Amino acid sequence: MEFITNFPLFTIVLSLFSGVLCYMLKPRVAKIYTLVYEGFLILLVSAVLYYVLATGQAFTYVMGEFPAPWGNEIRAGVLEAMIALCFLIVMICSVSAGFRFLKTDMDESKLNLYFTLVNLMTAALMSLVWTNDLFTGYVFLEILTLTSCGVLIVREIGRTSLAAVRYMILNLLGSGLFLLGVVLLYDLTGHLLMVPMKETIAELATDPAVLPVIGVAVGILTIGLSIKSGLFPFHFWMPDTYGWATPTSAALLSSLVSKAYIFLLFKTYYRAIGIDVLQQLPIRHVLLVLGAMGIVVGSLQAIHTNNLNHMVAYSSAAQIGYIYMGIGLGGVAGYTAAMFHVMAHAITKSQLFLTTPRLAEVAGGNLKFQDLQGSALKTRVAGFYFTIGAFSMIGIPIFAGFSSKLQFALAAVTGAGIKRILIVMLALAVSSMLNALYFVMTLIRIYTPDGDNNRSVMTHHHINYHLPMLLLTAANLLLGLRCDLIVDLIGKGLAMFG
Amino acid sequence: MITHLWINNEEAVAIILFGIGFTMLLFQKNLLKKLIGMNIMDTGTFLFLASMGYIEGRRPPIVENGVLERSAYINPVPAGLVLTGIVVSVSVTAIMLSLTVRLYKRYHTLDIDEMYERSKHAAEDR
Repeated sequence: MEFITNFPLFTIVLSLFSGVLCYMLKPRVAKIYTLVYEGFLILLVSAVLYYVLATGQAFTYVMGEFPAPWGNEIRAGVLEAMIALCFLIVMICSVSAGFRFLKTDMDESKLNLYFTLVNLMTAALMSLVWTNDLFTGYVFLEILTLTSCGVLIVREIGRTSLAAVRYMILNLLGSGLFLLGVVLLYDLTGHLLMVPMKETIAELATDPAVLPVIGVAVGILTIGLSIKSGLFPFHFWMPDTYGWATPTSAALLSSLVSKAYIFLLFKTYYRAIGIDVLQQLPIRHVLLVLGAMGIVVGSLQAIHTNNLNHMVAYSSAAQIGYIYMGIGLGGVAGYTAAMFHVMAHAITKSQLFLTTPRLAEVAGGNLKFQDLQGSALKTRVAGFYFTIGAFSMIGIPIFAGFSSKLQFALAAVTGAGIKRILIVMLALAVSSMLNALYFVMTLIRIYTPDGDNNRSVMTHHHINYHLPMLLLTAANLLLGLRCDLIVDLIGKGLAMFG
Repeated sequence: MITHLWINNEEAVAIILFGIGFTMLLFQKNLLKKLIGMNIMDTGTFLFLASMGYIEGRRPPIVENGVLERSAYINPVPAGLVLTGIVVSVSVTAIMLSLTVRLYKRYHTLDIDEMYERSKHAAEDR
């Protein structure tokens, strides 16, 4: 059992190694290797989850022989293990289901390079989830930025390169601000490890003259990460980035990369700044308001656009708003809702992004709404999976989206002031209505016969597509139907997290 | 206020450099100038770190003549952080430069707005 404490480190080191290995393998072998390897990682992380649940406490893995406050650490608790497991499941599903488009979108002889990027991205995601050190967080944040730019530009058309440049510029602004925030915190506390930093900050915060300085450092760090994850008003890069990427990349970027930044921010708040100090800083109000505005503006822009992928991308902006609203709401209930939504959105959004290209394929490769008419009748399987994703986004009961909206409403009602209840409830109501409007409109459009040919033209989908889609649907239903179980686990994770 | 800034002149300069780089990265239209801005921004952070790590009158953290007291040496960690940061900054710059080359070959301009304008007319990019 004790051996399991090594597993989090394995997930990082083996992923780095796999990245290099895929560079040398043949494309076909690299694909099989990556899928098998991701499956193996799922087993490792499941073992970690089982271990922390069985022992009932989180563990810290000290790297080298230098104990805190020196050295570098990895830490694993229930929450980290759950998020890592969710990330890996979405990763394996995206790689498998989007593979057919990968072959058409890039030179087939270079496919192994894509898997190199995917493995490096896994390493970065895993380290952001496990790390206990802010500067390690910064380094892997940059690795994640580079790999996400890499998976974006594999599709060699002008628009993806342009989208990639814009994405990179905003990400670099975000990384610069994050680094400055970390450096300021290091300047204040003299620590980079989260636990000693939290202790020092708790001491410093008692001095009213120092509190604004902590506020500035935390604010800079927060702006950096919110630019990177696409919080309103920094969400305008999303449609181009997700819309023009190859489906696997769009799923990875929207479901995992932005969530990893949010998780790092949450971890910094909870473990490096401390919730008690955070409650005294104005930044949480800003997050609540920007989150609520992001929900409404993202939904309105989604209605306005004429391109299916852009619509799904703008809806991502709205969903990121939900998560920040939960963090801004604060309290155990708010954080639970935010973490629940991280998982719910990762699962739903990847399913949508992996389905839209198949709908477009039968509509002549075009994602414009007028061309998509009747496309779900021509490829019923893709239509079915799209419908599930759309229902979850709208918030129909039994799907994940409903449970997370329920969690947000519960979080608002328990323990928040009347102003906050109003903001959250209004945002929830308006966004549910708008979500229903544009997703139902899309569903009507793709299920309306277009006159000439409504017979199913694409009946055959490969098992590589069905299996991951069924897995994502099952995960969606699990989050929807057994949300009490998941919320209970998140509660345990948060108790260990502090 | 002024005296505080004067005492911490290195930090003040570092933050001003960061601001210059940040605005360049955000507002310049030319991709190469954006990249230069990014490097200035990172340099600002590195200057901040390096000036923080240096303590007047102390020596580099290499044991000499058997002096073992901690108070004789400066903190080596910020220097390590600066080195790591430089590596990150170099790799990011390399990727961005290669992207710029690719875009220049396609659109024959370095102006990002102009690129968007031209991409609208390209047939494959609809």
